Amino acid sequence: MAKHHVTTTVNGDSVEYLCESEQTLLDCLRDELELTGVKEGCSSGDCGACSVLLDGRLVCSCLVLGVEAEGRSIDTVEGMAQGEELHPLQRKFLEHAALQCGICTPGVLVAAKALLAKNPDPTETQVRYWLAGNLCRCTGYDKIVRAVMDAASEMRGA
Amino acid sequence: MRYEKPTTLEAATALLASAGTDARVLAGGTDLLVQIRARVLSPTVVVDIKGIEETRRITKDAGGYRIGSAVTGAELKEHPTLSKDWPGLIEAANLIGSTQVQGRASLGGNLCNGSPAADSVPGLIAAGAKAVIAGPSGQRELAVEDIMLAPRKLALTKGELIVAFKIAAKAPHSSDAYLRFIPRTEMDIAVVGCGVALTLDGSGTCTAARVSLGAVAARPLLVEDAAKALIGTKVDEPALVKLEAAARAACKPIDDKRGTIEFRIDIAGVLARRTALIALERARKA
Repeated sequence: MAKHHVTTTVNGDSVEYLCESEQTLLDCLRDELELTGVKEGCSSGDCGACSVLLDGRLVCSCLVLGVEAEGRSIDTVEGMAQGEELHPLQRKFLEHAALQCGICTPGVLVAAKALLAKNPDPTETQVRYWLAGNLCRCTGYDKIVRAVMDAASEMRGA
Repeated sequence: MRYEKPTTLEAATALLASAGTDARVLAGGTDLLVQIRARVLSPTVVVDIKGIEETRRITKDAGGYRIGSAVTGAELKEHPTLSKDWPGLIEAANLIGSTQVQGRASLGGNLCNGSPAADSVPGLIAAGAKAVIAGPSGQRELAVEDIMLAPRKLALTKGELIVAFKIAAKAPHSSDAYLRFIPRTEMDIAVVGCGVALTLDGSGTCTAARVSLGAVAARPLLVEDAAKALIGTKVDEPALVKLEAAARAACKPIDDKRGTIEFRIDIAGVLARRTALIALERARKA
C-alpha cells in the first residue's frame, strides 16, 4: 500500500513526511522528523510521556495516527525554548530539580504549558489533576508541582 | 490497514458496508488505537469519521441538543451551556481518562467501544439520549440503552455508525448527576457507575426520573423500577430506601479484580442514593 504523504506544521514550521496508516503521530515525530524530545512510555495513553499539542489541544501522540496530522498544527517540547533562552517552565524545572531520569519531562512540560495557557493562575489541586495523566516514577511529583506553580507565578508577573 | 477519511455520511457508510466486520470507525482513537497496537483488533480499514462535520459539532435549538459523536470530552466541558443544563452527563464524560485522553475521547467512541463500565453511557441513558445512526439505507434513531447488547456487542448493523446524540432541552426544575466508585481518585475504570436525571414540580415532587447503572451487568442498564421509586415522591427517606433496593435488584455483576459481586450490588444502592440526592439538590436550584 502506498504511504500517506502528510503535510503539517510542527513548532511553527511546515514539514512533510511519508507514513504508513498504522504509524502513530509519536512514531512519525520520532522516526520521520527526528524530534526525539517526545518519548514513548506505555504506548497506550496511560503515561503521558508522548504528550504534544494538536491544534493547541493536549493529546497523547501515541493515540493519534500520523496521517491524522495532515493540515494540523503540532507543538512539541522542542518548540518551547527560544534559541538559547529556556521557557520559564523549563528554567523552573531545573531550579526546583523537578526531574531525575528525565523521560517524563518533555511530556510534563508540554502538558504544563497547555495548562498555563488555559489557566495562568491554577491552584495546586488544579495542577495535580491536570497533570494526572503524566506519570513520573522518580520525583514523587512534589517538585514538579512546585516548579509549575513557580513558573506560573513568574509568568503572571512578567 | 487502510486509512480513510470520508467527508460525507454516505461515503462513510458505503466504506463500512463494503468492508464489513473488518472495518472500524475511528473517532478519538483512545480505545481503538490501543486495541490495534495490542493486536486485539486488526481492521483492514479504519474509517476516520472526524472529517464529517455532523460528528464534530454541538448544536442547540428549542428541542434540545445534538452532540456530534466525535466531539471530545474537552469540547463538551468548554461548551457554554451544556454543563449547566446536563451537568451529570458532562461529569460522566469528563471522568474518562486523563487531560490528554479528554483531548480526543468522544461519547460515540465510549459507547461503541462496548464496555459495560463506560462512564458516559449511564450519563447518556439517564439524560434520555437518543443516538442518531446513519447506515447504507438511511438514518434511524435508537435510545442509548438499546445500543449496547453485551460486552463489545452493539445493536448497529453492517455499515452503520453513530452520527450524534440527541438530548432534550432541560425541563424547569430538572437536573442530573453521575457518580462512580473507583478505588482511587482519578483515572480508573468504574467498579459501579450510576446516572440519575430527575424533574420536580413546583411543590418539589418528583414527576419524572431516569436511573441508569454501569458495570453491574453485561451492558449499562436503564433501571425503571429505580425511577418508579422516586416518581411521585419528594425524594424523601422512604423513596431513597426503595431506590436503593431497586438499584440492587437490577444488578447482575461479575466478580473480578476490581470488585466482587456482593460489593458491586451493595455499592449500586449506595451510589443510586447519593447520585439521586445530588440530582435533587441541583433540580431544586434549577
